[in-house]
Amino acid sequence: MSETIHSQIRTFVVDNFLFGDHSAPLADDQSLIENDVMDSTGVLELVSFIEERFGIAMADADIVPANLDSVARIVSFIERKREPVN
Amino acid sequence: MRVETFLRQSAAADPDRIAITAGDTCLSYGALDSASDRLAAALIAHGAKRGDRIAVLMENVPEAAVSIFAVLKAGAIFCPVNPQLRADGIAFILRDARPVAILTQAKFLRACEEAAAGLDTPPLLIATRALAALPQGVLAFDTAMSEAEHKLLPDPGDDEDLAMVLYTSGSTGRPKGVMMTHRAMDAVSASIALYLRNSADDVVLCALPLAFTYGLYQLLVCVRTGARLVLERNFAFPQAVLDKARAEGVTGLPLVPTIAAMLLSMKDLGPQALPALRYLTNAAAPLPPAHVDGLQNLFPQAQLYCMYGLTECARAAYLEPEELERRQGSVGKAIPGTEAVVVDPQGREAAPGIVGELVVRGPHLMLGYWENPEATEAVLRPDPQTGLPQLHTGDLFRTDADGFLYFVGRKDDMLKVRGEKVAPREVEAALCTCPGVVEAVVWGEPDPVQGTLLRAAVVACDPALAERDLLRHCARILPDYMVPRTIGFREELPKTASGKIARRLLVETDAPPLAPAIGPAAKTGD
Repeated sequence: MSETIHSQIRTFVVDNFLFGDHSAPLADDQSLIENDVMDSTGVLELVSFIEERFGIAMADADIVPANLDSVARIVSFIERKREPVN
Repeated sequence: MRVETFLRQSAAADPDRIAITAGDTCLSYGALDSASDRLAAALIAHGAKRGDRIAVLMENVPEAAVSIFAVLKAGAIFCPVNPQLRADGIAFILRDARPVAILTQAKFLRACEEAAAGLDTPPLLIATRALAALPQGVLAFDTAMSEAEHKLLPDPGDDEDLAMVLYTSGSTGRPKGVMMTHRAMDAVSASIALYLRNSADDVVLCALPLAFTYGLYQLLVCVRTGARLVLERNFAFPQAVLDKARAEGVTGLPLVPTIAAMLLSMKDLGPQALPALRYLTNAAAPLPPAHVDGLQNLFPQAQLYCMYGLTECARAAYLEPEELERRQGSVGKAIPGTEAVVVDPQGREAAPGIVGELVVRGPHLMLGYWENPEATEAVLRPDPQTGLPQLHTGDLFRTDADGFLYFVGRKDDMLKVRGEKVAPREVEAALCTCPGVVEAVVWGEPDPVQGTLLRAAVVACDPALAERDLLRHCARILPDYMVPRTIGFREELPKTASGKIARRLLVETDAPPLAPAIGPAAKTGD
C-alpha cells in the first residue's frame, strides 16, 4: 500500500468525515458506510477529491463499495487506476 | 382498516409472493406475516399492552418492517426513530413518548443505552444484527421470536387507536410527536395507491429512510397492494443501487431532489437504465425544473409525479403527470378523498395568484401532537364551514386559474436539507452547548445537490476555539444533515430592535461565505 496515497486518503477521511478527530478509531479495512463515517453526500465529496487530487476520471461503475467503502479499498483503487496500462 | 390488516390480507391472498428484498434477503408475505406474529407475541410476553409505545430504531433493513407490523399486531403504537439521531436526540423521544421497548440494531445499542440513562423505567432493548454477544439485559430479536407462542394473539384494538407517533422537527427547536390513527394511515395509503395506480405487479425501490413518512409509506403502500419493496440502505453508491433496481425489475422509484441530483450527475447512464420503470415520484422539497427535464430524458417511458406532503398528514397534493408540461413547478391538487386549499389570513379561500397558507382537510390528518396541546391547537383548527379540524401547514402556496397548487415558501424559518426538515434553532441550541460559545446563528444557503447548505456563525469567548472543534461538537450530538457546512466566528451577531438575532439579515448580507469549508467542497451540481 502506497504510504503517500494512504496518508492522503486517511487525512481526507478524518478531516472531512470525522472533523479532524484523529482519536476516533478508524481501521483501514473498516466499512465507512456501515459505520456511519461517510454518507451519500460524503461519497460525492470523496469522488471529487480523488478526481482532483489524483487526476483520475471516475466512471459511474467505479463508484461502488468495492472501490470506495474503506480506506484500504480506496487506496488500492487509486493504485490500480494509476498503474500504466500495458 | 387497521394497518396490520394490510399485511394479513396480502399474506392471505398470496403467501409466497415476495414482500421485501434487501441485499441477499428475500421475505415473502407469508414469512413477513408469521415473523411479525411471533415478534408481536414476544412483545406481549414481555409486557407490551394496547396503547404502549414501542420505538423502532433501525436502518432500512427487513427487520424494520417485521418490527412495525409486530408492534401493531400487539396493539401497541410504533414510534419510528431516525437512526441518524445521536444519543441526545434519542433521549428526547424516550422522555417524551416513554416507549416500553426499543427494537433496534446492535450497532445502535450504545446510543440507546446512553439515551436511556437516568430514566426511572428504561425501555426493554431488543436488538438484531449482532456481530458479538449482546450486553446483559438486551434481548436478541431472533431469540424473542423463536421463544414466543403466537397462536393466541389478542384482539389488537380498533381503527381509532393510535398506530404511530412519529417525531418531526418543530420551528421552536423541540421535536413534536405526530399522532396517527390506524384510520388516518389507512385513508392516506389508500389514496396514494389509487393515484399512483399501484398493484401487486409493482416493484418499488426505497432508498429513503423508513423512519420518515415518505419512506415509511413506500412500505405501507407496497404491503397494502401486495407489491414488492426493494429496500436499500441509502443512495451512496448510485450505480450499485441502479444495478439492483434493474435486476429486480423496479417499476416505481421514489426520489427526493438530492437523489435526483445524484442520478443526473451520473455520467454513463443511458435512457434504458431501468426498462421496467413505470413511475418516479418526488417529494420532501421541490425539484428544480432542469431536474424535471433531466429525469424525463433519462426515463422517457416513466411518469413523473411531483408531490407535496408533510408528516402531519403524510401526503397532501400531487400533480398528474399529464399536467407536468403545462404546470411547471406545481404540486397539483389534493390527493383523492381530501382537500387542500390556500387561505388568506382571515381563513377565506385565496383568489388565484394570491399567496396564502395551505390548509389540508380530510380523513388523513394527524390526531395532534403527542402530549402537546398548544402545538396541536396552533396547527389543527376548526374549518369555519364544517367545524371539522383542518391542518394549517405553515407552507405558503398560490394557485393558478385552474386551482393547481404552487409552493412559495415557509411561514417560519424551517429549512429542508437533503429533503429532511431542519430547525435552525435546534442547531443553534446544539452550538450553544459547546463550551466557549456565547451565541450562535444558523441559516440556509441554496445548493444544487443538498437543497440547502447550512451555514453558522458564533460569538465565542474562548479564543482557542476553532471551527473544527465546533463541527466535531455538532457531529457528536446532531444527525449528519444537521451539522453546518461551515461555522464562522463573529465579534457580534446582527440583532433586531427587540434584541433577537436577525437570521434574515445574515442571509441577505452574507453573500461571501464566512470561511472556506474544510477540504475541497463537493461541486457535483455544476
